[in-house]
Amino acid sequence: MKKRLSAYPYMWRLPLLIWQGAFFVGPLVLMVAMSFWLVRNYRMEPDFVLKNWDKMLGRDYFWNAYWVTFFRATLAAGLATLIAFPASCALAFRASDTARRWAVFFLIVPFFTSYLVRVYAWQVLLAESGPLNAVLAHLGLGPFTMLNSGFGAMVGYMTLVLPLVVILQTFSLAAIERDLIEASWNLGASPRATLFRVIIPSARVGLILGAVFAFILSFGDFVSPFYLGGSKPPTLSILIIDTTKSGQQWPRAAVVAVMMIVTLFVVAFAAVGAAYGRRK
Amino acid sequence: MKTAGLLSRLYLAALFLFVFAPIVTSMVFSFNSDRFPTVPLGQFTLDWYRTAFARPEVWAAFGNSLIVALSAAALSTALGFATAYTDFRYGFRFKTAYLALALLPPTIPLVIMGLAMLAWLARLGLSGTLPGIVIAHTVMGAPFAMAICRMRLQQMDAALEAAAWNLGASPWRAMRAVVIPFSLPALISAYCLTAAVSFDEFIVAWFVSGLNKTVPVMILEILQGNVDPQINAIGTVVFLTSMTLVVVAQLLLLRRRDP
Repeated sequence: MKKRLSAYPYMWRLPLLIWQGAFFVGPLVLMVAMSFWLVRNYRMEPDFVLKNWDKMLGRDYFWNAYWVTFFRATLAAGLATLIAFPASCALAFRASDTARRWAVFFLIVPFFTSYLVRVYAWQVLLAESGPLNAVLAHLGLGPFTMLNSGFGAMVGYMTLVLPLVVILQTFSLAAIERDLIEASWNLGASPRATLFRVIIPSARVGLILGAVFAFILSFGDFVSPFYLGGSKPPTLSILIIDTTKSGQQWPRAAVVAVMMIVTLFVVAFAAVGAAYGRRK
Repeated sequence: MKTAGLLSRLYLAALFLFVFAPIVTSMVFSFNSDRFPTVPLGQFTLDWYRTAFARPEVWAAFGNSLIVALSAAALSTALGFATAYTDFRYGFRFKTAYLALALLPPTIPLVIMGLAMLAWLARLGLSGTLPGIVIAHTVMGAPFAMAICRMRLQQMDAALEAAAWNLGASPWRAMRAVVIPFSLPALISAYCLTAAVSFDEFIVAWFVSGLNKTVPVMILEILQGNVDPQINAIGTVVFLTSMTLVVVAQLLLLRRRDP
Protein backbone atom coordinates (compact mmCIF):
# COMPACT_ATOMS: atom_id res chain seq x y z
CA MET A 1 0.00 0.00 0.00
CA LYS A 2 1.17 3.47 -0.85
CA LYS A 3 2.37 5.30 2.20
CA ARG A 4 1.49 8.97 2.16
CA LEU A 5 1.00 11.74 4.61
CA SER A 6 -2.70 11.82 5.13
CA ALA A 7 -4.84 14.75 6.19
CA TYR A 8 -7.36 12.35 7.66
CA PRO A 9 -6.13 12.13 11.27
CA TYR A 10 -5.71 15.88 11.48
CA MET A 11 -9.23 16.50 10.31
CA TRP A 12 -10.35 14.81 13.55
CA ARG A 13 -7.66 16.12 15.83
CA LEU A 14 -7.56 19.80 14.94
CA PRO A 15 -11.18 20.98 15.40
CA LEU A 16 -10.97 20.68 19.17
CA LEU A 17 -7.57 22.36 19.33
CA ILE A 18 -8.77 25.25 17.21
CA TRP A 19 -12.12 25.66 18.95
CA GLN A 20 -10.97 25.29 22.56
CA GLY A 21 -7.87 27.33 21.77
CA ALA A 22 -9.91 30.18 20.35
CA PHE A 23 -12.85 30.10 22.74
CA PHE A 24 -11.63 28.47 25.96
CA VAL A 25 -7.90 29.06 26.40
CA GLY A 26 -8.09 32.46 24.69
CA PRO A 27 -10.73 33.94 27.02
CA LEU A 28 -9.01 32.58 30.14
CA VAL A 29 -5.61 33.95 29.10
CA LEU A 30 -7.18 37.29 28.28
CA MET A 31 -8.82 37.32 31.70
CA VAL A 32 -5.52 36.70 33.47
CA ALA A 33 -3.89 39.43 31.36
CA MET A 34 -6.80 41.75 32.06
CA SER A 35 -6.12 41.55 35.79
CA PHE A 36 -3.01 43.65 35.09
CA TRP A 37 -4.76 46.24 32.93
CA LEU A 38 -5.64 49.78 33.84
CA VAL A 39 -9.05 51.42 33.82
CA ARG A 40 -8.88 55.05 32.78
CA ASN A 41 -11.93 57.22 32.12
CA TYR A 42 -14.11 54.12 32.27
CA ARG A 43 -12.10 52.44 29.53
CA MET A 44 -9.74 49.51 29.88
CA GLU A 45 -6.23 49.93 28.60
CA PRO A 46 -3.76 47.09 28.18
CA ASP A 47 -0.94 47.62 30.66
CA PHE A 48 1.08 45.77 33.23
CA VAL A 49 0.34 47.18 36.65
CA LEU A 50 -0.39 45.56 39.98
CA LYS A 51 -2.96 48.17 40.94
CA ASN A 52 -5.96 45.86 40.66
CA TRP A 53 -4.23 43.19 42.71
CA ASP A 54 -3.35 45.78 45.36
CA LYS A 55 -6.88 47.14 45.41
CA MET A 56 -8.52 43.74 45.81
CA LEU A 57 -6.08 41.80 47.97
CA GLY A 58 -5.51 44.78 50.24
CA ARG A 59 -9.12 44.96 51.30
CA ASP A 60 -10.85 43.17 54.13
CA TYR A 61 -14.05 42.63 52.16
CA PHE A 62 -12.19 40.53 49.64
CA TRP A 63 -10.67 38.29 52.31
CA ASN A 64 -13.96 38.07 54.19
CA ALA A 65 -15.64 36.91 51.00
CA TYR A 66 -12.77 34.54 50.31
CA TRP A 67 -12.96 32.77 53.66
CA VAL A 68 -16.75 32.69 53.71
CA THR A 69 -16.69 31.03 50.30
CA PHE A 70 -13.94 28.63 51.26
CA PHE A 71 -15.56 27.70 54.54
CA ARG A 72 -18.99 27.18 53.00
CA ALA A 73 -17.64 25.08 50.15
CA THR A 74 -15.70 22.91 52.63
CA LEU A 75 -18.79 22.52 54.79
CA ALA A 76 -20.88 21.66 51.73
CA ALA A 77 -18.34 19.05 50.61
CA GLY A 78 -18.25 17.47 54.08
CA LEU A 79 -22.02 17.52 54.52
CA ALA A 80 -22.67 16.13 51.06
CA THR A 81 -20.18 13.32 51.67
CA LEU A 82 -21.80 12.40 55.00
CA ILE A 83 -25.38 12.69 53.76
CA ALA A 84 -24.67 10.75 50.59
CA PHE A 85 -22.69 7.92 52.19
CA PRO A 86 -25.53 5.89 53.78
CA ALA A 87 -27.58 6.27 50.60
CA SER A 88 -24.67 5.18 48.43
CA CYS A 89 -24.05 2.16 50.68
CA ALA A 90 -27.70 1.20 50.40
CA LEU A 91 -27.56 1.50 46.62
CA ALA A 92 -24.23 -0.29 46.29
CA PHE A 93 -24.74 -3.18 48.71
CA ARG A 94 -28.48 -3.71 49.13
CA ALA A 95 -30.12 -2.67 45.88
CA SER A 96 -30.38 -5.01 42.91
CA ASP A 97 -28.50 -4.15 39.72
CA THR A 98 -31.70 -2.97 38.07
CA ALA A 99 -32.71 -0.83 41.03
CA ARG A 100 -29.24 0.70 41.15
CA ARG A 101 -29.32 1.53 37.46
CA TRP A 102 -32.70 3.24 37.83
CA ALA A 103 -31.50 5.17 40.86
CA VAL A 104 -28.48 6.47 38.95
CA PHE A 105 -30.76 7.29 36.03
CA PHE A 106 -32.97 9.40 38.30
CA LEU A 107 -29.97 11.07 39.89
CA ILE A 108 -28.63 12.17 36.52
CA VAL A 109 -31.90 13.80 35.46
CA PRO A 110 -31.79 16.75 37.91
CA PHE A 111 -28.18 17.44 36.98
CA PHE A 112 -29.37 18.56 33.56
CA THR A 113 -32.53 20.37 34.62
CA SER A 114 -32.74 24.01 35.50
CA TYR A 115 -30.91 24.64 38.75
CA LEU A 116 -32.34 28.14 38.76
CA VAL A 117 -35.95 26.96 38.83
CA ARG A 118 -35.12 24.44 41.55
CA VAL A 119 -33.63 27.19 43.67
CA TYR A 120 -36.72 29.31 43.08
CA ALA A 121 -38.83 26.36 44.27
CA TRP A 122 -36.78 26.23 47.47
CA GLN A 123 -37.34 29.95 47.89
CA VAL A 124 -41.08 29.28 47.89
CA LEU A 125 -40.84 26.13 50.05
CA LEU A 126 -38.65 27.66 52.74
CA ALA A 127 -40.40 31.04 52.95
CA GLU A 128 -41.55 32.37 56.32
CA SER A 129 -45.19 31.72 55.41
CA GLY A 130 -44.36 28.90 53.01
CA PRO A 131 -45.46 25.25 52.93
CA LEU A 132 -42.67 23.87 55.10
CA ASN A 133 -43.37 26.30 57.93
CA ALA A 134 -47.09 25.59 57.56
CA VAL A 135 -46.44 21.88 58.09
CA LEU A 136 -44.15 22.60 61.03
CA ALA A 137 -46.80 24.86 62.56
CA HIS A 138 -49.19 21.88 62.62
CA LEU A 139 -46.61 20.09 64.74
CA GLY A 140 -46.47 23.12 67.00
CA LEU A 141 -43.07 24.28 65.78
CA GLY A 142 -41.70 27.41 64.21
CA PRO A 143 -42.03 29.50 62.22
CA PHE A 144 -38.36 29.33 61.34
CA THR A 145 -36.47 31.82 59.22
CA MET A 146 -34.75 29.59 56.72
CA LEU A 147 -34.16 31.95 53.81
CA ASN A 148 -31.37 34.50 53.56
CA SER A 149 -29.18 32.52 55.91
CA GLY A 150 -26.30 30.10 55.81
CA PHE A 151 -28.88 27.32 56.16
CA GLY A 152 -30.69 28.44 53.02
CA ALA A 153 -27.47 28.58 51.04
CA MET A 154 -26.55 25.09 52.26
CA VAL A 155 -29.91 23.69 51.09
CA GLY A 156 -29.12 25.13 47.68
CA TYR A 157 -25.61 23.67 47.61
CA MET A 158 -26.99 20.23 48.51
CA THR A 159 -29.55 20.51 45.70
CA LEU A 160 -26.68 21.19 43.34
CA VAL A 161 -24.17 18.57 44.48
CA LEU A 162 -25.93 15.65 46.22
CA PRO A 163 -26.98 13.72 43.10
CA LEU A 164 -23.44 13.80 41.70
CA VAL A 165 -21.84 12.82 45.01
CA VAL A 166 -24.22 9.87 45.44
CA ILE A 167 -23.44 8.67 41.90
CA LEU A 168 -19.66 8.84 42.37
CA GLN A 169 -19.81 7.14 45.78
CA THR A 170 -22.17 4.44 44.57
CA PHE A 171 -19.92 3.53 41.66
CA SER A 172 -16.83 3.23 43.81
CA LEU A 173 -18.63 1.30 46.58
CA ALA A 174 -20.23 -1.09 44.12
CA ALA A 175 -16.79 -1.82 42.65
CA ILE A 176 -15.48 -3.21 45.97
CA GLU A 177 -15.04 -6.96 45.82
CA ARG A 178 -17.67 -8.62 47.99
CA ASP A 179 -15.13 -11.27 48.99
CA LEU A 180 -13.08 -8.59 50.69
CA ILE A 181 -15.98 -7.57 52.89
CA GLU A 182 -16.92 -11.16 53.63
CA ALA A 183 -13.33 -11.99 54.50
CA SER A 184 -13.37 -9.14 56.97
CA TRP A 185 -16.57 -10.54 58.53
CA ASN A 186 -15.19 -14.07 58.62
CA LEU A 187 -12.04 -12.92 60.33
CA GLY A 188 -14.23 -11.57 63.12
CA ALA A 189 -14.07 -7.84 62.40
CA SER A 190 -16.91 -5.80 63.87
CA PRO A 191 -19.17 -3.91 61.44
CA ARG A 192 -17.45 -0.75 62.57
CA ALA A 193 -13.98 -2.12 61.81
CA THR A 194 -15.18 -3.44 58.45
CA LEU A 195 -16.54 0.00 57.58
CA PHE A 196 -13.45 1.95 58.59
CA ARG A 197 -10.71 -0.50 57.64
CA VAL A 198 -12.13 -2.19 54.55
CA ILE A 199 -15.01 -0.30 52.93
CA ILE A 200 -13.90 3.31 53.30
CA PRO A 201 -10.25 2.72 52.29
CA SER A 202 -11.35 0.67 49.26
CA ALA A 203 -13.78 3.33 48.10
CA ARG A 204 -11.33 6.13 48.82
CA VAL A 205 -11.08 7.41 45.24
CA GLY A 206 -14.83 7.78 44.79
CA LEU A 207 -15.33 9.34 48.20
CA ILE A 208 -12.62 11.93 47.63
CA LEU A 209 -13.69 12.68 44.05
CA GLY A 210 -17.26 13.20 45.24
CA ALA A 211 -16.11 15.61 47.94
CA VAL A 212 -13.87 17.51 45.49
CA PHE A 213 -16.65 17.94 42.94
CA ALA A 214 -18.94 19.11 45.73
CA PHE A 215 -16.28 21.63 46.76
CA ILE A 216 -15.65 22.89 43.21
CA LEU A 217 -19.34 23.29 42.43
CA SER A 218 -20.21 25.02 45.70
CA PHE A 219 -17.11 27.21 45.60
CA GLY A 220 -18.11 28.63 42.22
CA ASP A 221 -21.87 28.69 42.65
CA PHE A 222 -23.57 32.04 42.74
CA VAL A 223 -27.26 31.16 42.70
CA SER A 224 -27.61 29.55 46.16
CA PRO A 225 -25.69 32.16 48.13
CA PHE A 226 -27.52 34.91 46.25
CA TYR A 227 -31.12 33.71 46.23
CA LEU A 228 -31.17 31.46 49.32
CA GLY A 229 -28.28 32.85 51.33
CA GLY A 230 -29.32 36.48 50.97
CA SER A 231 -25.91 37.45 49.51
CA LYS A 232 -24.77 38.68 52.94
CA PRO A 233 -21.93 38.03 53.45
CA PRO A 234 -21.13 37.99 49.73
CA THR A 235 -19.24 35.06 48.25
CA LEU A 236 -16.49 35.39 45.64
CA SER A 237 -18.85 34.68 42.75
CA ILE A 238 -21.24 37.40 43.96
CA LEU A 239 -18.23 39.72 44.22
CA ILE A 240 -17.30 38.97 40.58
CA ILE A 241 -20.83 39.69 39.38
CA ASP A 242 -21.17 42.90 41.38
CA THR A 243 -17.80 44.13 40.19
CA THR A 244 -18.46 43.24 36.54
CA LYS A 245 -22.00 44.49 36.29
CA SER A 246 -21.29 47.81 38.00
CA GLY A 247 -19.41 49.54 35.22
CA GLN A 248 -16.04 48.80 33.72
CA GLN A 249 -14.15 47.30 36.67
CA TRP A 250 -13.57 44.05 34.80
CA PRO A 251 -9.86 43.92 35.76
CA ARG A 252 -10.75 43.76 39.45
CA ALA A 253 -13.27 41.01 38.79
CA ALA A 254 -10.51 39.22 36.91
CA VAL A 255 -8.32 39.34 40.02
CA VAL A 256 -11.06 37.60 42.02
CA ALA A 257 -11.50 35.04 39.24
CA VAL A 258 -7.77 34.24 39.11
CA MET A 259 -7.71 33.79 42.89
CA MET A 260 -10.63 31.36 42.59
CA ILE A 261 -8.98 29.33 39.85
CA VAL A 262 -5.72 29.08 41.78
CA THR A 263 -7.58 27.94 44.89
CA LEU A 264 -9.50 25.31 42.94
CA PHE A 265 -6.32 24.00 41.33
CA VAL A 266 -4.58 23.66 44.67
CA VAL A 267 -7.57 21.89 46.21
CA ALA A 268 -8.02 19.61 43.21
CA PHE A 269 -4.34 18.63 43.08
CA ALA A 270 -4.16 18.02 46.81
CA ALA A 271 -7.26 15.85 46.59
CA VAL A 272 -6.06 13.87 43.58
CA GLY A 273 -2.82 13.28 45.46
CA ALA A 274 -4.78 12.05 48.46
CA ALA A 275 -7.00 9.87 46.30
CA TYR A 276 -4.37 8.17 44.17
CA GLY A 277 -1.36 8.50 46.46
CA ARG A 278 0.20 5.52 48.13
CA ARG A 279 -1.85 3.92 50.84
CA LYS A 280 -0.42 4.12 54.31
CA MET B 1 -31.33 -7.22 59.43
CA LYS B 2 -34.95 -6.49 58.42
CA THR B 3 -35.06 -3.17 60.26
CA ALA B 4 -31.70 -2.18 58.78
CA GLY B 5 -33.11 -2.82 55.32
CA LEU B 6 -36.19 -0.78 56.11
CA LEU B 7 -34.09 2.04 57.50
CA SER B 8 -31.86 2.19 54.46
CA ARG B 9 -34.95 2.26 52.23
CA LEU B 10 -36.41 5.12 54.24
CA TYR B 11 -33.12 6.98 54.04
CA LEU B 12 -32.98 6.57 50.28
CA ALA B 13 -36.59 7.71 49.99
CA ALA B 14 -35.80 10.83 52.03
CA LEU B 15 -32.81 11.62 49.85
CA PHE B 16 -34.81 11.27 46.65
CA LEU B 17 -37.56 13.36 48.21
CA PHE B 18 -35.02 16.13 48.83
CA VAL B 19 -33.66 15.91 45.29
CA PHE B 20 -37.06 15.91 43.60
CA ALA B 21 -38.97 18.18 46.01
CA PRO B 22 -38.08 21.40 44.18
CA ILE B 23 -38.93 19.92 40.78
CA VAL B 24 -42.31 18.63 41.92
CA THR B 25 -43.07 21.79 43.91
CA SER B 26 -42.50 23.98 40.92
CA MET B 27 -44.86 21.89 38.81
CA VAL B 28 -47.59 21.74 41.45
CA PHE B 29 -47.47 25.46 42.18
CA SER B 30 -47.61 26.34 38.51
CA PHE B 31 -51.25 25.16 38.63
CA ASN B 32 -52.02 26.77 41.99
CA SER B 33 -53.98 30.03 42.22
CA ASP B 34 -52.18 31.55 45.25
CA ARG B 35 -49.61 34.20 44.58
CA PHE B 36 -47.75 33.25 47.77
CA PRO B 37 -48.20 29.49 47.75
CA THR B 38 -48.49 27.47 50.93
CA VAL B 39 -50.37 24.41 52.16
CA PRO B 40 -53.26 23.79 51.89
CA LEU B 41 -53.21 24.57 48.17
CA GLY B 42 -55.54 27.10 46.53
CA GLN B 43 -57.60 26.48 43.41
CA PHE B 44 -56.45 24.75 40.26
CA THR B 45 -55.66 27.30 37.57
CA LEU B 46 -53.95 27.72 34.23
CA ASP B 47 -53.68 31.48 34.72
CA TRP B 48 -49.92 31.56 35.25
CA TYR B 49 -49.40 29.78 31.95
CA ARG B 50 -51.83 32.15 30.24
CA THR B 51 -50.18 35.30 31.61
CA ALA B 52 -46.66 34.05 30.98
CA PHE B 53 -47.26 32.92 27.43
CA ALA B 54 -49.29 35.99 26.55
CA ARG B 55 -46.06 37.99 26.76
CA PRO B 56 -44.24 38.33 23.48
CA GLU B 57 -40.84 38.48 25.23
CA VAL B 58 -41.42 34.99 26.65
CA TRP B 59 -41.92 33.65 23.13
CA ALA B 60 -38.88 35.57 21.93
CA ALA B 61 -36.81 34.06 24.74
CA PHE B 62 -37.99 30.55 23.89
CA GLY B 63 -37.10 31.21 20.27
CA ASN B 64 -33.62 32.38 21.25
CA SER B 65 -33.10 29.42 23.56
CA LEU B 66 -34.18 27.01 20.85
CA ILE B 67 -31.84 28.48 18.24
CA VAL B 68 -28.93 28.55 20.69
CA ALA B 69 -29.54 25.03 22.04
CA LEU B 70 -29.94 23.42 18.62
CA SER B 71 -26.83 25.09 17.17
CA ALA B 72 -24.64 24.64 20.23
CA ALA B 73 -25.65 20.97 20.47
CA ALA B 74 -24.76 20.37 16.81
CA LEU B 75 -21.34 22.00 17.20
CA SER B 76 -20.65 20.30 20.56
CA THR B 77 -21.55 16.90 19.20
CA ALA B 78 -19.37 17.32 16.11
CA LEU B 79 -16.42 18.53 18.20
CA GLY B 80 -16.97 15.87 20.86
CA PHE B 81 -17.16 13.07 18.33
CA ALA B 82 -14.03 14.21 16.49
CA THR B 83 -12.15 14.33 19.80
CA ALA B 84 -13.45 10.98 21.00
CA TYR B 85 -12.51 9.37 17.69
CA THR B 86 -9.01 10.89 17.90
CA ASP B 87 -8.58 9.47 21.38
CA PHE B 88 -9.94 6.09 20.30
CA ARG B 89 -7.92 5.74 17.10
CA TYR B 90 -4.62 7.58 17.54
CA GLY B 91 -1.76 7.89 19.94
CA PHE B 92 0.47 10.92 19.64
CA ARG B 93 2.77 13.15 21.62
CA PHE B 94 1.11 15.41 24.18
CA LYS B 95 -2.04 13.31 24.04
CA THR B 96 -2.54 13.70 27.80
CA ALA B 97 -2.43 17.48 27.44
CA TYR B 98 -4.82 17.23 24.49
CA LEU B 99 -7.31 15.22 26.53
CA ALA B 100 -6.93 17.54 29.51
CA LEU B 101 -7.82 20.47 27.26
CA ALA B 102 -10.81 18.52 25.97
CA LEU B 103 -12.18 17.70 29.43
CA LEU B 104 -11.21 20.78 31.45
CA PRO B 105 -14.04 23.26 30.70
CA PRO B 106 -16.65 21.85 33.15
CA THR B 107 -14.27 22.33 36.10
CA ILE B 108 -14.05 26.10 35.60
CA PRO B 109 -16.74 27.88 37.63
CA LEU B 110 -19.43 29.32 35.38
CA VAL B 111 -19.11 32.83 36.78
CA ILE B 112 -15.46 32.83 35.72
CA MET B 113 -16.31 31.43 32.27
CA GLY B 114 -18.91 34.17 32.00
CA LEU B 115 -16.45 36.94 32.79
CA ALA B 116 -13.73 35.55 30.51
CA MET B 117 -16.20 34.99 27.67
CA LEU B 118 -17.66 38.47 28.05
CA ALA B 119 -14.23 40.09 27.79
CA TRP B 120 -13.20 37.88 24.85
CA LEU B 121 -16.44 38.15 22.87
CA ALA B 122 -16.55 41.90 23.42
CA ARG B 123 -13.16 42.13 21.69
CA LEU B 124 -14.48 40.04 18.79
CA GLY B 125 -17.62 42.17 18.59
CA LEU B 126 -19.78 39.16 19.42
CA SER B 127 -21.00 40.03 22.90
CA GLY B 128 -24.75 40.53 23.05
CA THR B 129 -25.33 38.29 20.03
CA LEU B 130 -26.78 34.80 19.74
CA PRO B 131 -23.63 33.44 18.01
CA GLY B 132 -21.72 34.59 21.10
CA ILE B 133 -23.91 32.44 23.35
CA VAL B 134 -23.64 29.52 20.91
CA ILE B 135 -19.83 29.75 21.06
CA ALA B 136 -19.82 29.75 24.87
CA HIS B 137 -22.26 26.85 25.13
CA THR B 138 -20.29 24.80 22.62
CA VAL B 139 -17.17 25.16 24.76
CA MET B 140 -19.15 23.87 27.74
CA GLY B 141 -21.02 21.12 25.91
CA ALA B 142 -18.19 19.56 23.90
CA PRO B 143 -16.65 17.67 26.88
CA PHE B 144 -19.99 15.96 27.65
CA ALA B 145 -20.41 14.97 24.01
CA MET B 146 -16.83 13.71 23.95
CA ALA B 147 -17.39 11.54 27.04
CA ILE B 148 -20.56 9.99 25.61
CA CYS B 149 -19.06 9.26 22.18
CA ARG B 150 -15.91 7.86 23.78
CA MET B 151 -17.93 5.38 25.87
CA ARG B 152 -19.69 4.17 22.75
CA LEU B 153 -16.50 3.82 20.70
CA GLN B 154 -15.07 1.77 23.56
CA GLN B 155 -17.64 -0.90 22.73
CA MET B 156 -16.63 -1.01 19.07
CA ASP B 157 -14.20 -3.66 17.91
CA ALA B 158 -11.19 -1.69 16.66
CA ALA B 159 -10.61 -4.38 14.02
CA LEU B 160 -13.93 -3.48 12.41
CA GLU B 161 -12.59 -0.27 10.90
CA ALA B 162 -9.29 -1.91 9.93
CA ALA B 163 -11.26 -4.62 8.13
CA ALA B 164 -13.03 -1.96 6.07
CA TRP B 165 -9.66 -0.45 5.14
CA ASN B 166 -8.30 -3.84 4.11
CA LEU B 167 -11.32 -4.37 1.93
CA GLY B 168 -10.28 -1.25 0.08
CA ALA B 169 -12.41 1.41 1.70
CA SER B 170 -10.82 4.82 2.12
CA PRO B 171 -10.66 6.12 5.72
CA TRP B 172 -13.56 8.47 4.94
CA ARG B 173 -15.62 5.66 3.48
CA ALA B 174 -14.92 3.46 6.51
CA MET B 175 -15.92 6.31 8.76
CA ARG B 176 -19.20 6.77 6.90
CA ALA B 177 -20.04 3.10 6.56
CA VAL B 178 -18.74 1.68 9.85
CA VAL B 179 -17.88 4.15 12.61
CA ILE B 180 -20.70 6.64 12.26
CA PRO B 181 -23.50 4.06 12.04
CA PHE B 182 -22.06 2.31 15.08
CA SER B 183 -21.86 5.59 17.02
CA LEU B 184 -25.29 6.85 15.99
CA PRO B 185 -27.05 6.23 19.34
CA ALA B 186 -24.23 8.05 21.12
CA LEU B 187 -24.37 10.92 18.64
CA ILE B 188 -28.10 11.40 19.15
CA SER B 189 -27.71 11.02 22.89
CA ALA B 190 -24.87 13.57 22.95
CA TYR B 191 -26.97 15.94 20.86
CA CYS B 192 -29.88 15.74 23.32
CA LEU B 193 -27.71 16.10 26.38
CA THR B 194 -25.71 19.08 25.11
CA ALA B 195 -28.97 20.71 23.97
CA ALA B 196 -30.23 20.27 27.54
CA VAL B 197 -27.01 21.76 28.94
CA SER B 198 -27.39 24.78 26.69
CA PHE B 199 -31.12 25.11 27.30
CA ASP B 200 -30.58 25.37 31.08
CA GLU B 201 -27.37 27.37 31.20
CA PHE B 202 -27.88 30.91 32.41
CA ILE B 203 -24.76 32.31 34.03
CA VAL B 204 -22.51 32.54 30.98
CA ALA B 205 -25.54 33.39 28.85
CA TRP B 206 -26.43 36.17 31.30
CA PHE B 207 -22.94 37.66 31.04
CA VAL B 208 -22.80 37.65 27.25
CA SER B 209 -26.45 37.87 26.13
CA GLY B 210 -27.20 41.59 26.31
CA LEU B 211 -30.68 42.11 24.91
CA ASN B 212 -30.94 38.71 23.24
CA LYS B 213 -32.15 36.85 26.32
CA THR B 214 -32.59 33.12 26.54
CA VAL B 215 -35.29 31.60 28.76
CA PRO B 216 -33.16 30.98 31.87
CA VAL B 217 -31.71 34.49 31.63
CA MET B 218 -35.23 35.87 31.56
CA ILE B 219 -36.12 33.72 34.59
CA LEU B 220 -33.07 35.09 36.37
CA GLU B 221 -34.22 38.63 35.70
CA ILE B 222 -37.80 37.97 36.81
CA LEU B 223 -36.36 36.37 39.97
CA GLN B 224 -34.56 39.57 40.84
CA GLY B 225 -37.99 41.16 41.23
CA ASN B 226 -40.61 39.60 43.48
CA VAL B 227 -42.14 36.18 44.02
CA ASP B 228 -43.89 35.54 40.75
CA PRO B 229 -45.62 32.20 40.05
CA GLN B 230 -45.18 32.79 36.32
CA ILE B 231 -41.70 31.43 36.93
CA ASN B 232 -43.26 28.12 37.94
CA ALA B 233 -45.18 27.99 34.67
CA ILE B 234 -42.17 28.90 32.53
CA GLY B 235 -39.96 26.69 34.69
CA THR B 236 -42.26 23.69 34.28
CA VAL B 237 -42.08 24.03 30.51
CA VAL B 238 -38.28 24.31 30.76
CA PHE B 239 -38.12 21.27 33.06
CA LEU B 240 -40.24 19.16 30.76
CA THR B 241 -38.15 20.17 27.75
CA SER B 242 -34.78 19.39 29.30
CA MET B 243 -36.03 16.28 31.11
CA THR B 244 -37.36 14.91 27.84
CA LEU B 245 -33.98 15.52 26.24
CA VAL B 246 -32.08 13.89 29.11
CA VAL B 247 -34.40 10.89 29.30
CA VAL B 248 -34.17 10.30 25.54
CA ALA B 249 -30.38 10.58 25.78
CA GLN B 250 -30.17 8.10 28.64
CA LEU B 251 -32.58 5.59 27.16
CA LEU B 252 -30.50 5.52 23.99
CA LEU B 253 -27.35 4.91 26.05
CA LEU B 254 -28.86 2.28 28.34
CA ARG B 255 -30.65 0.33 25.63
CA ARG B 256 -27.52 -0.38 23.68
CA ARG B 257 -25.45 -1.27 26.69
CA ASP B 258 -27.49 -4.23 27.87
CA PRO B 259 -29.16 -5.93 24.94
